[in-house]
Amino acid sequence: MSGFLLRRLGTLIAALFFASIVVFVVLQILPGDPALVILGPDAQADTLKALRHQLGLDLPVWLRYLHWIGGVLTGHFGRSTAYDISIATLILQRIAVTVPLAIGAMLLATLLAIPIGVFAASRRGAVDGSIMAATQIGVAVPDFWLALLLILIFAVHVTWFPAGGFPGWWHGTGAALKALVLPTVALAVPQAAILARVTRGAVLDVGLRDYLRTARAKGLREGAILWLHAVPNALIPVTTLMGLQFSFLLAGTIIIENVFTLPGLGSLLFQAIGQRDLVLVQDLVLLFAGLVILINFLVDVLNAVIDPRLAKVRS
Amino acid sequence: MTNLRILLGGGLTVLVILTALVALVWTPYAPTAIDILHRLAAPSGLHPFGTDAFGRDTLSMIMAGAENSIIVSLAAVAIGAALGIPAGLLAAARGGWTEELLMRGADLTFAFPALLTAVMITALRGPGAYTVMIAIGVFTAPVLARVTRTAAGVIWVQDYARAARALGRGRGAVTRVHILPNILSVLTVQITIQLSLAILAEAGLSFVGLGAQPPAPSWGRMLNEGQTYIYTAPFLTLFPGMAIAVAVLGLNMLGDGLRDAMDLRRRRRA
Amino acid sequence: MKTSSLWRSSTLLAGLCTCLASVPALAAPPDSLTIGIALEPPGLDPTAGAAGAIRDVTYDNIFQGLTRIDEAGKVVPSLAKSWTVSPDGLTYTFDLQNGVTFQDGTQFDCSIVQFSYGRAMAADSINAQKQLFAPIAKVDCPSPLQAVITLKQPTSTFLYNMAWGDAVMVAPKSAAANKTHPVGTGPFEFSRWVPGDRIELIRNPHYWGPAPKLAAVTFRIIPDPAAATAALLSGALDAYPDFPAPETVVKFQHDPRFTVDIGTTEGKVILALNDARKPFNDIRFRQALAYAIDRNAIIEAAYSGYGKVIGSHYTPSDPNYVDLSGAYPYDPAKAKQLLQEAGVKPGMSFTITMPPPSYAQRSGQLVAAYLSQVGINVKLESVEWAKWLSQVFSQSDFDATVIAHVESRDLDIYARPHYYFNYDSPAYKALYAQYIAATDPTQQAALVEKLQRQLSADEPNIFLFALPKIGIWNAKLKGMWSNDPMPADDVTQVYWAQ
Repeated sequence: MSGFLLRRLGTLIAALFFASIVVFVVLQILPGDPALVILGPDAQADTLKALRHQLGLDLPVWLRYLHWIGGVLTGHFGRSTAYDISIATLILQRIAVTVPLAIGAMLLATLLAIPIGVFAASRRGAVDGSIMAATQIGVAVPDFWLALLLILIFAVHVTWFPAGGFPGWWHGTGAALKALVLPTVALAVPQAAILARVTRGAVLDVGLRDYLRTARAKGLREGAILWLHAVPNALIPVTTLMGLQFSFLLAGTIIIENVFTLPGLGSLLFQAIGQRDLVLVQDLVLLFAGLVILINFLVDVLNAVIDPRLAKVRS
Repeated sequence: MTNLRILLGGGLTVLVILTALVALVWTPYAPTAIDILHRLAAPSGLHPFGTDAFGRDTLSMIMAGAENSIIVSLAAVAIGAALGIPAGLLAAARGGWTEELLMRGADLTFAFPALLTAVMITALRGPGAYTVMIAIGVFTAPVLARVTRTAAGVIWVQDYARAARALGRGRGAVTRVHILPNILSVLTVQITIQLSLAILAEAGLSFVGLGAQPPAPSWGRMLNEGQTYIYTAPFLTLFPGMAIAVAVLGLNMLGDGLRDAMDLRRRRRA
Repeated sequence: MKTSSLWRSSTLLAGLCTCLASVPALAAPPDSLTIGIALEPPGLDPTAGAAGAIRDVTYDNIFQGLTRIDEAGKVVPSLAKSWTVSPDGLTYTFDLQNGVTFQDGTQFDCSIVQFSYGRAMAADSINAQKQLFAPIAKVDCPSPLQAVITLKQPTSTFLYNMAWGDAVMVAPKSAAANKTHPVGTGPFEFSRWVPGDRIELIRNPHYWGPAPKLAAVTFRIIPDPAAATAALLSGALDAYPDFPAPETVVKFQHDPRFTVDIGTTEGKVILALNDARKPFNDIRFRQALAYAIDRNAIIEAAYSGYGKVIGSHYTPSDPNYVDLSGAYPYDPAKAKQLLQEAGVKPGMSFTITMPPPSYAQRSGQLVAAYLSQVGINVKLESVEWAKWLSQVFSQSDFDATVIAHVESRDLDIYARPHYYFNYDSPAYKALYAQYIAATDPTQQAALVEKLQRQLSADEPNIFLFALPKIGIWNAKLKGMWSNDPMPADDVTQVYWAQ
């Protein structure tokens, strides 16, 4: 078990290191000059040079990489050239939108999907069939289109929720939560559909219908059998998928934030690339890749805990 | 049930492909023809899906957009297959360090969301259909590599594969003769699913402006442009989204149906 | 046990309901203002960045210069209460306002003028408009409240130039931190900036002039047209001075709660051509392009009909404007004939490089459609802003591009050597040199008109339209600027009518 964990941890670190080099190299060969972006078309050559010096852009490439990665390793994420404030502060402010959104969507998806999946598995025929048909459609709907439809209905037609924007947490959690309702639903529904299908399949695979037959024969309550025996046994494929889904959700928030103009990590990334805020882009890409890798690692650990055989097989 | 799904899914998929083919030779209006006088016209007999801000016929643009969706996702999955399947076969055939290296590499590639890859490639060489193909291809490759590796691994431990090795056949020959034919059906199913994912991803990337560039019609960009007019011409956000959903739904049903049919056959055999 | 958990969950539900019902926020009290802006300023120091958004927030609200521009685009006194110009046009004597302090307590006097201009002209200056200060030879301080500026050569645009946001007065103590915490002499002072969301200003209690009627101003960054519309409708925003969704203006025009004010800006949308490349170096080809494009249709489709056709690099709101909008009427037959004369074969193709703003994306597509009707294949290429700046602007590596020049009265760019569109006309340069050296206003006016005519005749770029300023605000709000003679959202005179 510990050998398996150590090896996964090693992969994790290697992956992050690799990611840091890729993003740094890409940004180096990216056309566009940060100083020119800040000072605009009328800037004179000497002004641009002065600003490049101020930003440290005239240092050799390898030195800049070492500066950056050394800083990250010691907890210093650098300064944003566009905002001129510390990147850690900036990212923390944006995480306050993105992470609640992703977690909220994951929660909502799970709360919808597992009961639906288990229910569908415990029924046969028309009920199961129509639930499955509905989830099939749910899977096919792009989340950003769903977002547009939700805006159309709940923000334009009836004005229950804002069409976009985020008032910030300090103005009362009410307004902030309200701004996150439509984006959360838009993100959650397609993921819930996928998760419900997998839950149903997993519960069936562990022989739910056999369990139920036995239970009925023994005169036990179906619900108890369902939740005490069938569902726990079906957990591994479900948690594995949830790990994958969380990565999707993180990427998905980038587009959904775009639709609702939420000031989250996704919009920050687009903005940072546009403004050639190089260190900020590097930090953000590392953060995204790190989160995804970390979540997959946690899912592996969780699965190993649920079923220790797995760790043995893999190592 | 399973057959019905294959039938329905296949039907929808054929519908989308046919639309794209018809659009090659005929659309009600030229999909790029600008008609300022009739801009933002609501759906009517003349324009069943209405017209956009430039007076272009939405139905014609959706028909032409099918072409873009299909070409991009086919190319993307082809890139993914060309990279992923050989990697998976190699990993299964050689095991050991080769496998470790290839599979960890796949994990690593998979850690980059397609969107991030696309943003990076776009920054380097500009947005466009090719950028999206590469980004989705890079994202598809590790999935296909994993599926191939797992499926091939199962065959490698079968008696006939072992026997072939014992008889002195090379790894390549065994892979060609025994492994590949036996995993083709699994791969077909996975490729169908990846195609549907690719259509979704292409739409998402085009929606944020990284995909096919104007005037080439693309469903994702149509939605993006429609969002601006959500108060005055809401129908612009309706139809392109439906087109995406139909295309994805068809491929998903087809893939799921095929998988179930295969499982059934396997179970019967067992 | 059971009842208590039931009770708990029902209060939880009730709590959820009240919080969902508590928005939209209460109507703004009559001494505060929430304004929408489309782009977030990259920093708040107008002397260290070119973005218009910096000026939207800070111009005259926080920072002030010796002179300033009023709503009509006229140069008026600001920190200089009056001035005299010597007959040779070389010496400007400014009398400075008395009793002005910066928001950090620094006293404003002539030494501040020396400091601010010296900083902008220094070798390590990062002022985006450093060339504005190029004519200055020296700044003298005969007394603390008098600044005498000597120029190297007469510069008729000097007073106007010193009204730019780039020429504001800054305090030595706080200048370095202005990017994140701006400190000026204006009626409002910086309070808080939440990146990605809002910038808050509050009334400056020590302001030297008449106190502003508003106690607090919040700039909210809402780039999305649909979200901007919703925010105005719900009352979350009181005003959006430069509304980004021309297509939804209709919705406000019939609503008595709102004022819709269509004004002018200095933005000139042009199809810039690389005149150094073939066939763009042939005037017949450029004129053919001008005849082939229906500008009114472009305004209609790209800006919902708001905006005015222009015939040169000058807007109808500028002084001494000459209406040349009819110089190249839409005439595809004439365009084809000129193309033939220029020896351009049908099927000729070139690339239009488009930066991200929607006016550029839309205009680019429309121009391409019109040119295809006269047998020119246009390839469209979208680029990020950073790439546009380095590839198109710095390296001049492009065929054509759609871009709005937002700097006011920038006829000088056509006289600059090696400017990105490579217009090289000795006649124009000579005219411009005369204009800049002219000291007599009537002579200046005549020369400005001549410059416009020269541009229209040469058509170095295809002049498309002047960007409108679409202002939408609460009908009770008074004192908002109708026009944008310079990038600014000056709210110093804004108040709520009862």
